[in-house]
Amino acid sequence: MGAQTNSQAGSRASLQTSNKALGRDDLARLVARDIKPGSFVNLGIGQPTLVSNYLTADQDITLHTENGMLGMGPEAQGDEIDGDLINAGKIPVTELPGASYFHHADSFAIMRGGHLDICVLGAFQVSATGDLANWHTGAPGAIPAVGGAMDLATGAKDVFVMMTLLTREGASKIVETCTYPLTGVGCVTRVYTDKAVFLTGPDGVQVRETFGCTLEELQELVPVPLTAAPAVAP
Amino acid sequence: MLNFVDTVADAVAGIRDGSTVMIGGFGNAGQPFELIDALMDCGATDLTVVNNNAGQGDQGLALLIKEGRVKKMICSFPRQSDSWHFDAKYKAGEIELELVPQGNLAERIRAAGAGIGGFFTPTGYGTMLAEGKETRIIDGRGQVFETPIHADVALIKALKADGKGNLVYRKTARNFGPIMAAAAKHTIVQVSEVVPTGGLDPETVVTPGIYVNKIVKVA
Repeated sequence: MGAQTNSQAGSRASLQTSNKALGRDDLARLVARDIKPGSFVNLGIGQPTLVSNYLTADQDITLHTENGMLGMGPEAQGDEIDGDLINAGKIPVTELPGASYFHHADSFAIMRGGHLDICVLGAFQVSATGDLANWHTGAPGAIPAVGGAMDLATGAKDVFVMMTLLTREGASKIVETCTYPLTGVGCVTRVYTDKAVFLTGPDGVQVRETFGCTLEELQELVPVPLTAAPAVAP
Repeated sequence: MLNFVDTVADAVAGIRDGSTVMIGGFGNAGQPFELIDALMDCGATDLTVVNNNAGQGDQGLALLIKEGRVKKMICSFPRQSDSWHFDAKYKAGEIELELVPQGNLAERIRAAGAGIGGFFTPTGYGTMLAEGKETRIIDGRGQVFETPIHADVALIKALKADGKGNLVYRKTARNFGPIMAAAAKHTIVQVSEVVPTGGLDPETVVTPGIYVNKIVKVA
């Protein structure tokens, strides 16, 4: 009993890897670092796009854009801008050596067929069991638009979410059950937030690391039971 | 039957009121603006339009919607920062929207072209976009039955055609072109260049000419 308590205390102490909450770029750097070399990755529109700034050549990551390309390069600048070469956010981009183009059904087969290793998405809410809500607030009169979110959420081998832990009003976006309309059921595997990295799955919500707070302080903010993730061997 | 025509007006002649029209393009990439303008000028109305979006800014599909020629949009992402014409029609209750996840949109179009009567997919399972649809558990995953989307006409943009109607595209402007060409009864293509038969390497042809009915060169 005493040994277990000590071990828990030890793992909790080691959970905190930063003495302050992470900014958007720090979070993007962290996600980039966690992507395994050689992966095929789709970065969602918005905050996830920042991750591409921190991928290194050594990682040899191939980026997919759902409008029909593998091997997408950085945003186009100046003379590089070409209206026929855009990403899913309709921003002009560049092609890298080894890039390929394909039509929309093939592009979505890449997602839906389980060929993408990781997609990184934003979210309104993630449930304790990994349900994702990120496409629609459900507000009356809101015009719904879904794009490729449901295909990415159900198709990629790993679905990482990047978001702030709290809404502007201070409510946790990690929830027992999503109140916004769902994008996918049980699909999220990791949630990167400014205050902690969470692992979601059948074992409930585990905390891998915290930023500027302890596990106990984090638990005060999040309405689902949190446990420390088992330490990963270095 | 393949015809090369001289003007975009000739290309769209014969599109009737009430038609279902697929329009290629993702955002502005691959959007056949000249053919859409011709469709506007030809007066056809009461259209069902299939496109990824619902028009941007004050051009192309956005104008067709503004002029009240579209009774229904089938698309995945109608709401954009510059989709004001669709937004206004939708809020006024003057346009019907069938919102389809983008991968389902692509696969339903592909299914139509391939003669497939429908398919089950995990995309959308457990969400409001699957409400009222048949579902099954297949290989342990919940899946939703989706049906093909056929069209009377497809308007698409390619880079080059040869004399047999074979097409190649350019970069991400390819997007929906190849699958819409196959899904529509009548496929109308605007190209930047027509090369003689034999002028395209058969290994690089993306859309075989069998899917193409009319070609117009647009400067």
